[in-house]
Amino acid sequence: MLDLTKYQCLGEALRDALDRWPNEVCLIESDRDTERTRLTYSDFKETALPLARALQDAGFHPGDRAAIIMTNQSKWLISAYAVMYCGGVLVPLDYKLSAAEHLALLAHSQAKVLFTEFHLWRAITQAPAFESLAVETVLVTEAPGGAALVKAFRWEDFRRKGSPEPSPRRREDWASIVYSSGTGGQPKGCVLTHENYLEQCTALTKLYPFWPGVRYLSILPTNHAVDFMVGFIGPFVCGATVVHLRTLRPEFVRDAFVRYRITYLALVPMVLKNLERGLRSKFDELPSSRRWILDRLIALNRLLTRHRPHVGISRLLLPQIHRAFGGSLKAMFVGGAFMEPLTLQFFYDLGLPVSNGYGLTEASTVLTLNDCKPFRADTVGKPLAGVELRILNPDGENIGEVAARSKTVMSHYLNAPELTSETIVDGWLLTGDLGRFDPSGHLQLFGRKKNMIVTEGGKNIYPEDIENAFDGLAVKEYCIFATNFIWPKNALGREELVMVIRLEPGAEITSALQEDLGARNRRLPDFKRIAGYFVVGKDFPRTASMKIKRIQLGEEIGKGVDRTAVVPL
Amino acid sequence: MPTIDQTLDEVLALAAVRFKVPREKLSPDDDFFQNLGIDSLQALDLLTRLENHFHVELPDYEMQGVSDFRTLANKIQARL
Repeated sequence: MLDLTKYQCLGEALRDALDRWPNEVCLIESDRDTERTRLTYSDFKETALPLARALQDAGFHPGDRAAIIMTNQSKWLISAYAVMYCGGVLVPLDYKLSAAEHLALLAHSQAKVLFTEFHLWRAITQAPAFESLAVETVLVTEAPGGAALVKAFRWEDFRRKGSPEPSPRRREDWASIVYSSGTGGQPKGCVLTHENYLEQCTALTKLYPFWPGVRYLSILPTNHAVDFMVGFIGPFVCGATVVHLRTLRPEFVRDAFVRYRITYLALVPMVLKNLERGLRSKFDELPSSRRWILDRLIALNRLLTRHRPHVGISRLLLPQIHRAFGGSLKAMFVGGAFMEPLTLQFFYDLGLPVSNGYGLTEASTVLTLNDCKPFRADTVGKPLAGVELRILNPDGENIGEVAARSKTVMSHYLNAPELTSETIVDGWLLTGDLGRFDPSGHLQLFGRKKNMIVTEGGKNIYPEDIENAFDGLAVKEYCIFATNFIWPKNALGREELVMVIRLEPGAEITSALQEDLGARNRRLPDFKRIAGYFVVGKDFPRTASMKIKRIQLGEEIGKGVDRTAVVPL
Repeated sequence: MPTIDQTLDEVLALAAVRFKVPREKLSPDDDFFQNLGIDSLQALDLLTRLENHFHVELPDYEMQGVSDFRTLANKIQARL
């Protein structure tokens, strides 16, 4: 691995990595059962530098911003490297957002360049706000021959001969703007520096090292802080290989484990649960005698790995299961949302350790990670090297808000000084999550103090972002909350959103209103939907500028309304 | 080539079998996430079964924003 303490910026470190391992494979891209791309570090360099040169010739300067809206694929990383080579600031956007949301974030980030895929670009050009797009250069990948590109260039043709000028940055310079949420309300663009990434990468690879020959399966979207780190920067500065799949169909993901003998992957709870469901149903299909033997072998494996994982022993005891995962899997990383301990234990008992961690985009990626020595399904591990954590205002059970101080904490939120000063206080990042340390120094999480949820798919959902989907609802006023915010409980579980409604005087909930509510809710993506509603009997408290006082309203409801009053939708 | 109604009918029948739900409980404008109680990965699994049945190929991104059987059937019909 490169010694990252010697580097000032990601671009420099990656440039050295490409020269250090020229013949190692850095990227494999597979579509269903066909391998599309296989690049060595040398190939990667040869593809990226003419793109960097063309960007420079098009007037892209150090400090300029370039957005990427792409699914996981090799061109994502090649584009990102070209931007970093030019000293640009990356703006990785979630490809699953709507075209209107993409346009809003492109405007907020002031991106000068956009890299995107043809089908995503087509949707953006058809959005009502398209005319307001201020991006100067748009590069579109995989456009069919003869397709109308509407002022964009083909990514594949956007090349210039000649060496581009490397533009080194300093550690404190911006490396990226990563949106942790906020398309309907206030966008939360976390400005992350080169130092944030270099420090995070050093700490993570100490715990879970990469080396040439290691293969990381990239399933989480690369715009996600976790995949950007463990599916790009981490493997690249160690000479390892990243495998991209153009489809996330479960059967092709399973095939990829075997075909590419995957070493690591990061996933969200939903994917892990899907894998668990598949395995459990296979186990249930076994004849009772074989099932009896399997259960005994699993119990034996659990006993033998109670202090730390022993992958060799586990592969010997449970060869068929390990073969199904390719036979080389060392660990799976899971984060983004709360994970049920039973699921984690299920995989650990099979000798497939799931290292659960805890982090947030505001802290680059990860604050704590389970080292599995011993495995603790009930915690999210210990703080990474260089991360200080404190529990603020602990209650009688020592549970309080988790605060973090580290070189990995973001610089600030873009264009939101008030939000920044509320979130980073005296150098401490207030996470809004509730936790405590156990006697062995592992962090246990107990819920959230902030009004938000994280879905099983790892998405941060802020109620304010959803409210405009209900504009014009035939009620006096309404507001959406995370249930745990109004009815806090010191326990993890499924996180849900609820709507609180204040009806017009004398009005009642009618079937027409219920239908309208249900129809609007169904039009939202499944992960943004509200679980139910309830009616309150007095007007919402408001500020002088007529904004709803959410915290006060939440507290009043928590004290005066029982959770059972929620009518499911 | 089947009509859109036939395609829709076959989509509903396949979904019912895959997720063990009585066919009569599903209707074209149902939200399949809610009605079948499935997540987006299970929806992708359904997509694979539909591809095999209709002998078409649907990229994953075609499923983005799709949550009812009728829209799904229309996407398949456009490729038949």
